Amino acid sequence: MSAAPLLRLDHLKKSYGALAVTDDVTLDVRAGELHAVIGPNGAGKTTLVHQISGLASPDSGRILFDGDDVTGLTMAERVHRGIARSFQITSVLPAFSALENVALAVQARSGTSFRFLGSAAREADLNTPALAILGRFDLAGRADVPAGLLSYGEKRQLELAIALATEPRLLLLDEPLAGTSHEESARVIETLRGLKGRYGILLIEHDMDAVFALADRISVLVYGRVIATGTAAEIRANPEVRAAYLGEEAA
Amino acid sequence: MPLSLLIVQMLNGLQFGLILFLIAAGLTLVFGVMDFINLAHGVLYMVGAYFAATFIALTDNFLLGLLIALPLALAFGILLEVLVFRKLYERDHLDQVLATFGVIITLNEGAKIIWGASPISIAVPEALSGSVEIMGGIGYPVYRLVIIAAGLLVGLLLYVLVSHTRVGMLVRAGASNAPMVSALGVNIKLLFTFVFGFGAMLAGFAGAMVAPILAVEPGMGDNVLILAFVVIVIGGIGSIRGAFIAALLIGLVDTLGRTLAPFLLMAVLDPAAASQTGRALAPMLIYLLMAATLFIRPAGLFPARR
Amino acid sequence: MTDTTGTTSTGRPVTPPRIRRLAVPVALFAVLAITPWLATFGTESFVLSLVTRAMVLALAAMSLDLLIGYGGLVSFGHAAFLGIGAYAVGIASAHGVDDVFVQFGLAAAAAALFALVTGAISLRTRGVYFIMITLAFGQMLYFLATSLAAYGGDDGMTLAGRSRVFGVGLLEDDRVFYFAVLAILLGFYLLCRTLVASRFGRVLRGARDNAVRMQAIGFQPYRFQLVLYVIAGVIAATAGILLANTSEYVSPASMSWQRSGDLIFMVVLGGAGSLHGAIIGAVVFLLLEEILAGYTEHWHVIFGPLLILSVLYLRGGLTPLLERFAR
Repeated sequence: MSAAPLLRLDHLKKSYGALAVTDDVTLDVRAGELHAVIGPNGAGKTTLVHQISGLASPDSGRILFDGDDVTGLTMAERVHRGIARSFQITSVLPAFSALENVALAVQARSGTSFRFLGSAAREADLNTPALAILGRFDLAGRADVPAGLLSYGEKRQLELAIALATEPRLLLLDEPLAGTSHEESARVIETLRGLKGRYGILLIEHDMDAVFALADRISVLVYGRVIATGTAAEIRANPEVRAAYLGEEAA
Repeated sequence: MPLSLLIVQMLNGLQFGLILFLIAAGLTLVFGVMDFINLAHGVLYMVGAYFAATFIALTDNFLLGLLIALPLALAFGILLEVLVFRKLYERDHLDQVLATFGVIITLNEGAKIIWGASPISIAVPEALSGSVEIMGGIGYPVYRLVIIAAGLLVGLLLYVLVSHTRVGMLVRAGASNAPMVSALGVNIKLLFTFVFGFGAMLAGFAGAMVAPILAVEPGMGDNVLILAFVVIVIGGIGSIRGAFIAALLIGLVDTLGRTLAPFLLMAVLDPAAASQTGRALAPMLIYLLMAATLFIRPAGLFPARR
Repeated sequence: MTDTTGTTSTGRPVTPPRIRRLAVPVALFAVLAITPWLATFGTESFVLSLVTRAMVLALAAMSLDLLIGYGGLVSFGHAAFLGIGAYAVGIASAHGVDDVFVQFGLAAAAAALFALVTGAISLRTRGVYFIMITLAFGQMLYFLATSLAAYGGDDGMTLAGRSRVFGVGLLEDDRVFYFAVLAILLGFYLLCRTLVASRFGRVLRGARDNAVRMQAIGFQPYRFQLVLYVIAGVIAATAGILLANTSEYVSPASMSWQRSGDLIFMVVLGGAGSLHGAIIGAVVFLLLEEILAGYTEHWHVIFGPLLILSVLYLRGGLTPLLERFAR
C-alpha cells in the first residue's frame, strides 16, 4: 500500500486550558484498513474523533483527507467529502422512524433539500435505498418504529446504518460496542467485519477481543499522546503499552 | 459642540451604564448559574423604585426610606422565587420566558392598581441636591455623582466577592458548569437562592437609587430589562466583568449617541431634519453595537461557559 | 408508512390516526366558516370584528409556530413583522398607494430584508441568546416606528379606508373582509402544512431535535433556519397588512415586545408544533381577553396568573386535549 493514506493526522494538538487533550498526534488510516485506537479513559480518544469529524477544532496541526487539507471545513462539508461518524452516546432522531432517520441521510446526498412542496416521507427515491440499508443491518422489519422506541442494540445498529447512508469513504466509529449485551456486541462485530476492506475505518474501542479480532493496525493513546502504533501482535508485545494500559493478562 | 456639554453627557452615560450594570449583574448570574431566563428581573427594579418612593415619602427621610425599602425588595424577590421561579428551573427556556412574562404582566398591573398609573416623583434628598462645578462654570448634580460612586463601589464589591471569596468561586464554578458543582457536594439549592436573592437586591437597589431622578411608573422595568439583555448578550452570559464593560459601553454609546447624532448629521442635513433623523436613529445605535459584537463573537465578549 | 409531521412541545412523537389528526383542523375551519351566520343571532358586527382579529393574529401566531414548533427557534421579536406589514399599509396609503397587492409587495420585501439581516445575525446564536437577540431587534424596530412622527409616531395613524383590490373597495364590507381573511388563513395553513412535510421541513424538524446529528449527515442547519425565518417573517407581515385593515388603524403598539410575548403564548397555549394549535391559541387568547376586559380594566392582573398557571400545568397546550376529544 504505497498510495497516500485516506486519512492523515499531522501533529494535531488541542488543549483545554492547561490540559493537553491531544498532544502532538500523528497517525494515518489507509483505504480499506481498520485502524483501532485504544487507550485508558480520559486519553482523549473521543476528542480526537470530534476533531477529525469537525465537531471540535484543533489548536494546531492538520487533518488531511485523501490528500486534501480539511482542517478548516465544517462537519457537514466533511461529510460530503466522505467522512462519516457514529457517536459514543447514541444520537439518533427519536421522534422520527428508523426509516426516516436513514432516509434523511440519503436526502443529504440526493439533490437539493430546498424543496418546499411535496411530502419527503413519501419519496420513493429516498425510502428505497434507505430500506435497503436498514436491511443490511437487520432493521428492515423495524423501519416504521420511532427510533426512540428501538432497543439499545437496535439504536446502535441504526447509528451505523445512518453513517453508511451518507456513502462515506472513511468511518469514524466511537465505541460502537459501548453498553451492548453479549449478543448485541457479537452482531455489531459481524457487521464491522462485513465493512472491512470497503471503507477506511477508525475504530475507538475498549473491548479488546473485538479490537484484536478486527483491527489491521492499532494505535495506543495515553494522555493525548500516541505511544505506539502497529499490528495486534506488535502492540500486545510492546512493554510500554502493557505498562500503561494492557497489563500482563491481556497478552 | 462645547466640551463641557460633552463631559456632562459622558458622566450621564457613565451613570446610566452603572445602573444598567447593577441590573445586568444579577441577571447574568442567574442566567449563568441557574440557566434561568428571568424576564421579570426588570420588575424587581421597578419594585425597588416603588418601595423606595413609598417609604421615603412615609418617613420623609431619604436614607431611612432606602434602608426600609431594600430588605423589603429582597424579601419580595425571594417570595417570587419560592412561589413561581423555583418551579421553572427544570423547564425549558420557552416555558421560562412565558411564565416570567406572565409575572411582568401581573406585577405591572398590580403596581397600577396599588399606586395608580401616573408616574410618582420623589425629590432628591436635600443634602445631595446641589451641583458640583466640574468645568468652567458648568455644574453637575451631586446626586448623579453619588449614583456613579455607588455603582462603582458595588462593582468593586462584586469583583472582590466573585474572585476572592469562596462563595464567589462557587458562583463562578456554577456559571461554568452547574451540574458539576452540584455533583461535588455543594448545596446547589442554597447557592441558587443566594444568587437569586443577591441579584434581586442589586436590581432593587438600582431602582431605589434611580427613584429621585426618573419617573417611577408601572412598566418602568421593561425597557431597562431589554437593555440589560443587550448588555448580557454583548458581555457574555455568566460574566460579571463582561456585564460591567458592556454596560458602560452601552450607557456611553446610547447617551452620547443621542446627543452627538443630530450634531454629526448636521454636516449633511439641515438642522431640523438632522435633529429628527438623529433622534430616530440614535436609539438604534446600541442594537447595531449588539449586532456587530455578535457577528464577531456569537457568545459575547467574555462568556463564562464554552 | 409513518407520517410524523410534528411533535408536541414536550417532545413526544405525534402519530395519531389520520382521522383524529384531521378532525381538529377541519372542525376549526368549519366553525370559522359558519361564524358569520351564527353571528346574525347576536351583535353581528362585534362578533365579526372579534373573530376577524382573531384570525389575523392566528395567521401571525401560525407563522411563529413554524419557528418555535417546527424550527425550535423561540423568537421574541415576531411582532416586529406584524408592524412591518401594518406600516406598509399605513405609509403606502399615506402616499396614495392603496392597492392591496402593491402594499403586499412592499410589506413582503421589507419583511424579507429585515428577516434576512436580523436572522443572519441572530441565528449564529443559540438558546437563550437567540431569544434575547430577537427581543432586542424587535424592540429596535418598535422604537423606529415610534419615532416616525410623519406617520403618527407613538399615537399611530388612522387609515382613510381599507386597502383596495384592483381599485375596488371590495374589502370595505365586513363580511367580505371576514371571508377574505378566512381564505388567506386557510391558504397559508395549507401552504405551511406542505412546507413542514417537505424535504425542507424535514431538515428543520431534524435540526430542531438534534442539530449535531443533522450536521453529521451533511446538513448545515443555519441555511435552512434562515430561509424559514424569512418565510415566517413574510407570513407575519401579511398578517400585519390584514391587521391594519381590520381596525383601519396603524400604531407601534401592534409591534411591542408585549405583543411578541402574546404571540408566543398563543402558540404554546394552542400547542406548539401543530399549526392549527396556534390558530386555536389565538382564538382562545382573544376570547379570554374580551371576557376578562369585560369584568375589569385591570384584567391583566387576572390574565398574568392564568398565563403562569397554564405554563406550569398545561403542558403541550390545548391541541392534545382536543385530539383526545376527537374520537
